[in-house]
Amino acid sequence: MSRLLFILPLVLFVVLAGYFGVRLRQVGDTPPNILPSAMIDKPAPAFDLAPLKEGKPGLKTADLQGKGPHLVNVFASWCGPCRVEHPLLMRLAAEGVPLVGINYKDKPQDATAWLEKLGDPFSAIGVDPTGRTAIDWGVYGVPETYVVDGEGRIRYRHVGPIMPHDLEEKIMPLLRSLRG
Amino acid sequence: MIPEIGHYALVLALLLAIVQSVFPLIGAARRDPAWMGLAAPAAHGQLLMVTVAFAALTQAYVTSDFSVLNVVQNSHSDKPMLYKISGVWGNHEGSLVLWVLMLALFGSAVAAFGSNLPPTLKARVLAVQGMIGVGFLAFMLGTSNPFIRVDPAPLNGQDLNPLLQDPGLAFHPPFLYLGYVGFSMAFSFAAAALIEGKVDPAWARWVRPWTLIAWSSLTLGIAMGSWWAYYELGWGGWWFWDPVENASFMPWLAGTALLHSAIVVEKRDALKTWTILLAIITFSLSLMGTFLVRSGILTSVHAFAVDPERGVFILALLVIATGGGFLLYAVRAPSLKIGGIFAPVSREGALVFNNLLLSTACATVFIGTLYPLFLDAVGGGKVSVGPPFYNATFVPLMVPLVAAMAVGPLLAWKRADLAGALGRMWVAILVTAVAVLWSLWVHGFKPVMAIIGIAMAAWAFMGAWVELAERVRLFRIPLAESWTRLVNLPRSAWGTALSHAGMGIAIAGMVGTSAWKTESIQVMAIGDTVSMSGYEFRLDKVEQLRIENYVSQFATMTVLKDGEIIATLNPEQRFYPVAKQGTTEAAIHTTFISDLYAVVAEPTPDGRGWTTRLYYHPLVPWIWFGSIVMVLGGMVSLADRRLRIGVPERRRAPPAAGAAGAQPAE
Repeated sequence: MSRLLFILPLVLFVVLAGYFGVRLRQVGDTPPNILPSAMIDKPAPAFDLAPLKEGKPGLKTADLQGKGPHLVNVFASWCGPCRVEHPLLMRLAAEGVPLVGINYKDKPQDATAWLEKLGDPFSAIGVDPTGRTAIDWGVYGVPETYVVDGEGRIRYRHVGPIMPHDLEEKIMPLLRSLRG
Repeated sequence: MIPEIGHYALVLALLLAIVQSVFPLIGAARRDPAWMGLAAPAAHGQLLMVTVAFAALTQAYVTSDFSVLNVVQNSHSDKPMLYKISGVWGNHEGSLVLWVLMLALFGSAVAAFGSNLPPTLKARVLAVQGMIGVGFLAFMLGTSNPFIRVDPAPLNGQDLNPLLQDPGLAFHPPFLYLGYVGFSMAFSFAAAALIEGKVDPAWARWVRPWTLIAWSSLTLGIAMGSWWAYYELGWGGWWFWDPVENASFMPWLAGTALLHSAIVVEKRDALKTWTILLAIITFSLSLMGTFLVRSGILTSVHAFAVDPERGVFILALLVIATGGGFLLYAVRAPSLKIGGIFAPVSREGALVFNNLLLSTACATVFIGTLYPLFLDAVGGGKVSVGPPFYNATFVPLMVPLVAAMAVGPLLAWKRADLAGALGRMWVAILVTAVAVLWSLWVHGFKPVMAIIGIAMAAWAFMGAWVELAERVRLFRIPLAESWTRLVNLPRSAWGTALSHAGMGIAIAGMVGTSAWKTESIQVMAIGDTVSMSGYEFRLDKVEQLRIENYVSQFATMTVLKDGEIIATLNPEQRFYPVAKQGTTEAAIHTTFISDLYAVVAEPTPDGRGWTTRLYYHPLVPWIWFGSIVMVLGGMVSLADRRLRIGVPERRRAPPAAGAAGAQPAE
């Protein structure tokens, strides 16, 4: 049994440990359980969604281009966490943050009733009953919120309900820098 | 006050662990009995201190002391008492206290029961054990202190994750940790043997009880976790090859290999360097599992804490312990004396084959678990490795392993007659053939793996008993003599038979539920009946109830067979308002040969009824029944006289009649 063979476990382990160390450094920046969006820095997908109700415009790609940065919130009336983040969205709307919504796999009457009860923070709402447009955005659950810049490019994706610290640390700074 | 006592006790435990690590090691090198003698009291003292700390934390949970941050984060005054207690270890910091408690328990046990260990070996074993304790206690006090206070104390806590408020999962960690930490003892023995420069059959016999306890506990812990997943997650699955599951499975595979290779060291004084390496690897896998789960490096539903700072500390622990172990191995192992030689077809050969397959299987699981991480680090994107990979690689490795498992114990040491051994197994061959024919008749040719699986299960199960029958020469000598032999068999023989038979039972369960289960998903209204697998399921009512700390959608279903009521099932959907989380409580009716499994999910939006999932799982209870038999085998083996008496001494004179001496080596 060559002496070298005895050193093999140690060598292999050092490689493994080195890798773990490197990976740990990377994790500090992007936790691996936040799956990235394939759409970051890409233009928002082409879409044209019907309005939810009378008097409220629908949503299409052109609405997001050349009109300043927007927050696009994907929501549904049957979604619990959407309800949890809703007061925050109302506050954002009151502060003048440009907020538009995509109503995902929902019934218009349910969504309308929901917004009537909780308040409507959206300046425009597009209805996506089949979820096809959402697939193009890369949505896999509700709620999700996208930061779209003035040229209609997706810059950031937030999965799950927006919590105050996400707003302070990630979303608002990005919006401010996009506004120039 | 009491949390401060607990905190202080941890600090004292750390100091004692430092003493335990340093002085006995120097004492062993200098052959100084006084310094070596520090090991045992230090180990006992460490156990005492960690017990005090654990008791203090438990007290904080039981009295819902919300001035302790850990209690705030993981408990709530409405929680049932059982889960207040299990909440102690249901979080990162508290589980570390449990870890260190087990570590101290094993150290103290070796100090107390290891009176037949040579003093230098004992001192070194306890010293290495102490070093591991230093590492974990320092980690806890440095980054994961459970006794941090919060001021002002909130009125109530944030509740324990509802998924953990369950009897199966409440007790799953203690058994798992007994296993993980128990293998630290094998590691300590291996490191001590390397420092001593000597591995002999006596060492193998001393290591065995600790390895058996660890292995049995880990088996039980994994089985409990699997059973919990089955009844709690609502899909009837019992193993998902999730990275955290794999993190527990790898030490189990390596530990099983260790148990088997240690036999060769003990009986034939061979495979020494390999066994030492295996002992180091097994515990390193436990540590690596700890690292993976707590560092934030993995995406998993199980992962404890996404905290890279803690991750760095655990990585340092891993590097020191495993790196140190492998370094010691590289330097000292080459000087260990080579042992007895043996032919490839022999019991040693079979055990080497066993180790080869188990190590390969372990490596396969290792690669499957870490491949996504490696790929991500080199920028290859995010992938996931799931059941298809393991089905293609792990399962085929198990087939020859189980085939050898049944015939191995019948082979002689040094050089064996395989054909003869197989011939003696004709009963097992017969039963296997019958089982295969039956399964072909009832279920047909597909899937092929099911047929192979049933063959393996029957072969393993019958092989175990055939081996016992061989030992007592059943039907070849008078039955009364066979009986006497049976009663006087060393318990390790019973342990072998039980463990191997248990494995066979478990395999049958795995095959049955994977290959032959039936599933039926539909919308049911009140009064509807669904037929499946010869049973009828009728939804009787669905109520909304408020119980303890949750709200329940409580359904009542009646199961009938040929018009007779077999069972009443109560599947629930629970919502825990404090944690804002829901759980599915499936209703299971078991005949101990198969399970009927019912879930009533959300009501449909149009109010037609409820989505229901009904399953028929044949043989699934055997998975856990088989596991328990395996654990029983381990426990019975532990009770073997030879492990208490110690290594047989060479007899100089013919023994007097009835003298209490060691059993003849067999």
